[in-house]
This record gives sequence, structure tokens and C-alpha cells, in this order.
Amino acid sequence: MTVRRTVLSLMSRVSLAVAVSAVVVGAGGCEKKDPKGGGAGGASEVRVGHYASMTGPEATFGRSTDEGIRLAIKEINDAGGVKVGETTRRVTLVTDDTESQSTKAGDVVRKLIDVNKVHAVLGEVASSISLEGAPVCQEAGIPMITPSSTNTRVTERGDYIFRVCFIDPFQGFAGAKFAVDELKVKKVALLVDTASAYSQQLADEFAKAFVGMGGEVVSRVEYQKGEKEFNARLTKIREASPEAIYLPGYYTDIANIAIQARQLGIRVPIIGGDGWDSEELAKNAGDAIENCFYTNHYAPDDPSPEIQEFVRAYRAAYNGKTPDGLAALGYDAARVLIAALERAGTTDGSALRDAIAATKDFPGVTGRITLDRNRNAVKPIVVLERKGGAWIFRAKIEDPSAGR
Amino acid sequence: MDQFLQAIQNSITTGSLYALIALGYTMVYGILKFINFSHSDVVVIGALFSTVLALTLLEKLGLQQAPWWLGGVVLAGAMALCATVSFLVERLAYRPLRQAPRLNCLITAIGVSLFLQNTGNQKFLFGTQPRKIPALVPDAEPLFMIGKVPFRLIDFIIVGTAVVLMVALDRLVFKSAMGRAMRAVSFDHKTASLMGINVDRVISMTFVLGACLAAAGGFLYALRYQTVTQPADTTWALLGLKAFVSAVVGGIGNIRGAVLGALIIASIENFGAAYLFSGLTDAYVFAVLIGMLLLRPGGILGSAAVEKV
Repeated sequence: MTVRRTVLSLMSRVSLAVAVSAVVVGAGGCEKKDPKGGGAGGASEVRVGHYASMTGPEATFGRSTDEGIRLAIKEINDAGGVKVGETTRRVTLVTDDTESQSTKAGDVVRKLIDVNKVHAVLGEVASSISLEGAPVCQEAGIPMITPSSTNTRVTERGDYIFRVCFIDPFQGFAGAKFAVDELKVKKVALLVDTASAYSQQLADEFAKAFVGMGGEVVSRVEYQKGEKEFNARLTKIREASPEAIYLPGYYTDIANIAIQARQLGIRVPIIGGDGWDSEELAKNAGDAIENCFYTNHYAPDDPSPEIQEFVRAYRAAYNGKTPDGLAALGYDAARVLIAALERAGTTDGSALRDAIAATKDFPGVTGRITLDRNRNAVKPIVVLERKGGAWIFRAKIEDPSAGR
Repeated sequence: MDQFLQAIQNSITTGSLYALIALGYTMVYGILKFINFSHSDVVVIGALFSTVLALTLLEKLGLQQAPWWLGGVVLAGAMALCATVSFLVERLAYRPLRQAPRLNCLITAIGVSLFLQNTGNQKFLFGTQPRKIPALVPDAEPLFMIGKVPFRLIDFIIVGTAVVLMVALDRLVFKSAMGRAMRAVSFDHKTASLMGINVDRVISMTFVLGACLAAAGGFLYALRYQTVTQPADTTWALLGLKAFVSAVVGGIGNIRGAVLGALIIASIENFGAAYLFSGLTDAYVFAVLIGMLLLRPGGILGSAAVEKV
């Protein structure tokens, strides 16, 4: 009898727990769903999926990109919609969260394609996550444009995978060129995130270019995304007495590393890549990132009219917030996709793929976008410098392979 | 030389953090003979709740600079919450399984861990954004330097708090009536209960003590590393795992062993990063675990001669 009572009470507890978690999960699920997305309503709209790190240590990447994409889609819908063949259709966006984890990407993208029935996919920012989402799009024959994954392997996942940003061999080269030409350093140390495809390739390409320009890599130290303790590694770097540190990683880790480096008395410049591009970096690192530089897709203080117009529109849409590079790339990726839809005249996957591949001299905020035969964009790089508590434009570097 | 001194200094600081967490694993194992996998989630609650509490208190009091006593208040708050959570977990999840096979407890512990992580991730609790704890101690400049190695106030606070708590625990276990009851229950549940010891109460007490230390560990971790990530972040699982490895290396079930193990694991990590290939620090830790399990499965202090808790 007592045994039975225990079992019963246990069962009631379990079912209560299940019910509670079902409600919690259900509530979470509803929030994310776009009321117009999914299900019927088919021919009258174009559905675009966006998988992004809306939460977690890379959350500003996802949120900025999503805001950029939404701005582009709002503009096209306000103008009546996108003209696909004979019909003019509205564009709806379905965003889903990868929580900054590459292991979530496959499921999220599959859900966008199978459940929300999207016609094209945008995302991710982090290359390691894009590498997991891309094969799903490729297999389903749904074109995917990553706004900002710079690792070369992402577009090598298949002929449905595109990007509107430069790739890491060039970004690494640009970092090295900047270090040699502008900062006049000869000895650097590398600090690399081994859990990130992006960080590893960028470090390798930087080292190759830097050594090619006559520099020397005095130390290469590794860490893993999410680690918090860098004192031992940084001491090792300090002992090698480099003139600069190359630190290609993502902003949450960078803040910790910069703080600990400065505490250890390492005052040399730290150079990074576009993974630094987040307002959270300065918020978390404070003064520690003074005398730091990073290579990026665009500079919001660039006076060119295309950029200033975009900055104005973005600020108006998002309470005066200044768009970062990822927002600009999200905006560009969405507009490249919309332009391709108009040229293709259909939402059919293979026709849309061919139209995206034919993108040539598209006037993007982050530069003119032409996709090469490897489905990558070739664009110049800007270098931003942290000075007096603000990121300011420092240099622009052209891709030596442009026009080839 | 600087590098060596720096590695020692780091090992002591991180070792203190691991020790605070490892004690919770080892105490529960000593009494119930099962590994409480949800312990690392109590650490997370400690870290995140102290961050939220510190931010709220500063805002409510309208202060820019934290007064000296605020850290103590935050720590006490975090301990109270973690103790409550841990007490409830034991009462609701583990106690009904007291007579069940040990595997059932183990699997339940994993379930509790996932439940705490995913509940903590919800928007109405901690959410998934990384948070930054305000500076509760003045930390702009190091107190003093030896060579190029800075010694900072926060490091002394971490080590000091850990030492005080661990000495208090040691006194409690080896000198008080409650401690005697805990040791008795650890030897033999049935006999202890025949001697008039309330076994359930002793077990609850063990969980509460472990949770208080975990809360302190989480709080000090947040103070040192400043940014605190979401409950389901894998960083926390790894932190818990390292503390658990410390407990095993020191001799699981043995309180002083856990502290020793924590210092050893922290040294392996820090010296590994300083002198060996720095990308493999986690691998060194787990290689030591495997070696220990092969050569001396009971851990360093795990022999029968030492009294277990």
C-alpha cells in the first residue's frame, strides 16, 4: 500500500513537472513564431528564414543582424512588396534562435525549412554555426546567404550557400598588413580560440601573411570559447615580449582577455577581427580595450552617402541605436536576396540560387557586392581603432585579388 | 620566474574556487554514495543570483560605488537561495528514492540538473544574456607587485573566504554533534538511525552545507571573472566536472582530500597552460583523472585509514 502510494505520488509529481515544462516550452515557442509565417497562405507571400544567435554569449551578433534584415524587409514591404514574376508579394521573416551553439543550428534550420516552409534562409554570423546550418539548406535545395560568416569552408558546403562578406584569408591578410604598415610591429603573439573554426583560420591566415611580410610570430597560445581564466596564457605571451597581440575571437571572451591582459601589465596593441564587433565589448571591457584595433566590414562614421543614409534609417527604426557591421551585413544580405528574387521571377530553389549567383555590382552598404564563382563576396576591409572611449575609422584596405 | 610565480598564484586562487565546489560533491557522495550531478547548477544559481542581487541592491540604494558590506550581504543572499534550492531538490527528488537502486538516483540527478538549467534559462528567471557583476571590491590597481606578478585584493578575498569556510566546515564535521551524526550516517545509515540519529535531517543538512559552499564558489567566481553566462552554458558543466574530478583525485568522500585535489587540478591546468601546449588544458585534467582511476582508484587520501564523511 505504501509502495503504491509512493508510486502514485511520484507519478503525480512527474506529470506535474511535465505539465509545467510543457507550458513553459509552449509559451517560449509561441513567442518566436511569426503569426503570418508557416502553414497556408503560400503563394501570396515570400517567406525568409533567419537562424541567429539571439541569446547567449554571441547574442548581439544575432540581434544586430536580425534588426538589419528587418529594416530591409520593412522597406521593401512599405514599397508594396517584392515583384516575383507576375505577382507582387509581401516578404515575411521567421527568426529562430541558435543560442550561440553550433549544435542547435541543424535542428533550427530544419524547422525553418520543414515547418515554416521558408523559400530562402539567412544566417548565421559565427562560422562554426553556419557550417552546421549550411548542409541542411544544401540538402533541401533552399538557398542560404550568410551575412557575415567569413570562414572559407562555409560556402564550400555546396552550391546553394552564399555570403555577402569577405573571407578570412583576406581578413587575416588585412590584419597583418595593418600591423606591419600602420603599427610598424615586427613581433606578434597569437591567442586563438580552438573551439571556433573562424578564430583558427583567421589566426593561420594572419600568421602566413605576417611572416610573408617579414614579421615574426613569437608565441601562439590557445584557449577555448567560454574559458574565463587567461592569466597563465597571458603571462606566457608577456614572457615572449611581442609588440602586438593578434586575437581573433568573439567579443564575450575578448572582454575577459583584454581585462586580464591589462591587469598583467600587457600594454601592447591588441588586434582582432570582425568577431569583436559588438557594443557589449566596450561595455564589458571598459578601458582595457584602449589601444586595440579590429578589421571590420564597415565603419559607421564613414562619410559616404550610402552608409550615412543607412545609419540614419537604422537609427530612426531602432531608437537611435548605431548599426554595427553585422546589422549592415544583415541589411545587405536581405537586399541581395530580394533583388535576386525579382530577377528570378520565382521562389523555386534552383532558379533562385542561379539568380543569387549572378549578383554583380550590387550597391550594398558594406561596399559593392559581386559574388565570385566560389559564391563569396570580394570587398574592402576597414580597420577601427579604440581611442578615447570610442571606435573610430583608422584605415581601409583593398583586396589584392579584386577584379581578378 | 615571473611565469612560475604567476602560475602558483593562479593555482591557489582557482584551486580555492574548485575546492569550494568540490566539497559539495564529496560530502553528498560520502553520505549517500551517489554523485549529485545537479551540484554545478547550484553554483550557477549562486553566481547569477549574486550578480542580480548586487545590481538590484546598488540600484535600489541609489549608489554608484558599492559599500564594503555589500559583498557580505550578497554572499549571504546567494547562500540562502542556494541552500533553499538544494534542500528542496533533496526533499523532492532524492528522498523519495532513498530505498531505490543507486542508478535511479544518478539518473534523477541528471534530470534535476537539466531541469535547473532550463528553468534558469527562462526569461522570468535569469534569461540567456551574459550578465556583468558590478565591482563590489576596489579592483582598479593591484595591491602590490612581486616582479611582474600583480597581487590583487580580489585574489586575497577569494582565498581568504575559501579558507574561512573550509576551516569552519572542518570544525563542524569533526568537532560538533551534527558533524558526528554526519560521520555516523556516512558509515552506516541503519545503525545510525538505531542510535537515535535523524538520518533524513542529517542528509538535508549535508545538502544545505554543500549548497552554501557552492553559493560562495559561484559568488567568488562571478567577482573574479565579472561576466556570468546563462545557466545552460557548457562552461558551467565543465567547471562542475573539474570540481568533481578534484573530489575524485583527492579521494571522493574525503573532505580534506577534496581541497587537496582541487589545488592539484588547478595547478595542472595553470602550469599546463603556462609551460605545455596551452590548447589542451582540459585534456591534462582528464588525463590525470584517468591515471588516478587506474593507479589509485580511491584517490590520494581515499584510503580506509582516513575517516570519511
